[in-house]
Amino acid sequence: MSQRCLLLVGTKKGAFILESDGARDRWEVRGPFIESWGIHDLSVDPGSGAILAGGASAWYGPAVWQSPDLGATWSHSSEGLTYGDDGPKVATVWNVIGAHGALFAGVEPAGLFRSDDAGATWNHVAGLRAHPSRPEWQPGNGGLICHTIIAHPTDADRMWVAMSAVGTFETRDGGVTWEPRNKGVRADFQPDPDLVFGQCVHKLIRAAGEDDVLLQQNHCGVYRSADGGLIWDEITTGLPSEFGFPMVGHPRDGSTAWVIPLDGADKLRMMPGARAAVWRTSDAGGSWSRLDRGLPKDDAYLAVLREAMAVDKLDPVGVYFGTSSGRIYGSADEGASWSVVADNLPQIWSVEAHVIEG
Amino acid sequence: MATVVLPRSLVAILPGAGRRLAVSEGSVASVIDELETLVPGVRNRLCDAGPTLRQHLNVFVDGQRAGLETRVEAASTIYIIPAVSGGSRSRPARSPP
Repeated sequence: MSQRCLLLVGTKKGAFILESDGARDRWEVRGPFIESWGIHDLSVDPGSGAILAGGASAWYGPAVWQSPDLGATWSHSSEGLTYGDDGPKVATVWNVIGAHGALFAGVEPAGLFRSDDAGATWNHVAGLRAHPSRPEWQPGNGGLICHTIIAHPTDADRMWVAMSAVGTFETRDGGVTWEPRNKGVRADFQPDPDLVFGQCVHKLIRAAGEDDVLLQQNHCGVYRSADGGLIWDEITTGLPSEFGFPMVGHPRDGSTAWVIPLDGADKLRMMPGARAAVWRTSDAGGSWSRLDRGLPKDDAYLAVLREAMAVDKLDPVGVYFGTSSGRIYGSADEGASWSVVADNLPQIWSVEAHVIEG
Repeated sequence: MATVVLPRSLVAILPGAGRRLAVSEGSVASVIDELETLVPGVRNRLCDAGPTLRQHLNVFVDGQRAGLETRVEAASTIYIIPAVSGGSRSRPARSPP
């Protein structure tokens, strides 16, 4: 059976689609799409197969875009993507997913919207911003943003969101009420060592498998939770830095994940020592291995943003990351070796992989 | 009828929209209402919550800088022009939480 592997790339200047076959050794670049819009995230709606894209134009505001035909045509809507005439103005869309027959969009200022008509109109999931902690939410360097949405794979009423610098929240009643899920996560920039919220989660993922294992790359370390976020255990030991943005998990092995440590929040926020590397754990964070074969070993002043890393579902798994300098590296062997997939793109904000069978 | 001239970058993302459209006299706000019936979705591209004109869009009626309340005559020409201040920005200015 033939396979098509797509990389959906969001940049400061629009979206691109890269395509290869299952070998993933040659890539064709298409685009730019949604020209001049800053695209924070692209994904594929598992229900319709449409490509979804979230972002904003400085001139024309925020919207969720979609393409039903792998980029040939695009449409957009922001109808209902508002906190109302008296509320704060929605600046942009940071995350967009499809799950359980609906679409969800995380926006700035931090909040969640839902569409039940395939993205034609949006409704505010008001329960999240109704949480009593909301007046105390503070922005991170990227803004006060809802940057990650994770739908439970089988329970449509359960969902996690990650917001900077607010932390992880979970709903178990379809978004009516939400609870912080940050116990055990450090926030060294705050004096209170036992903060209920205010942690700066940079990326949140759910590990493969039926257990609700969550992992996160945080401003202050890397963490794993075996109980859906109720308690977090730090798994930073073995990494060169506690600071980084992206994190991705193996699509079939819940013990394997990849991160890209950067030198530190108070440093350049680039790869340590200007030597590029991805780090992998294969034992649920018990240990980490440096992966750098094929990556630049000198003068690599590279930064990778929170959404700019992805895995495909092929075997072996492909791992990809895009840099702020517009280069995408890929590995078709789970990180053992790397090569340049595309170069000279605009600043890369997001990378998503999508495999089409047949 | 008044004439509205839309920017190329806006027409490009609204299928079926032409650059020059005939609209009724009234105000800039009523013109945008009418545009929405002609080109669904255009209002959200031009206006933010409030409603207010988006920060990095400029509207001129007969050569004068205009707001939503500005009068539009039957012979008026309305230009909607992306501001140069928006071209290098990747997103609108932040609003309070």
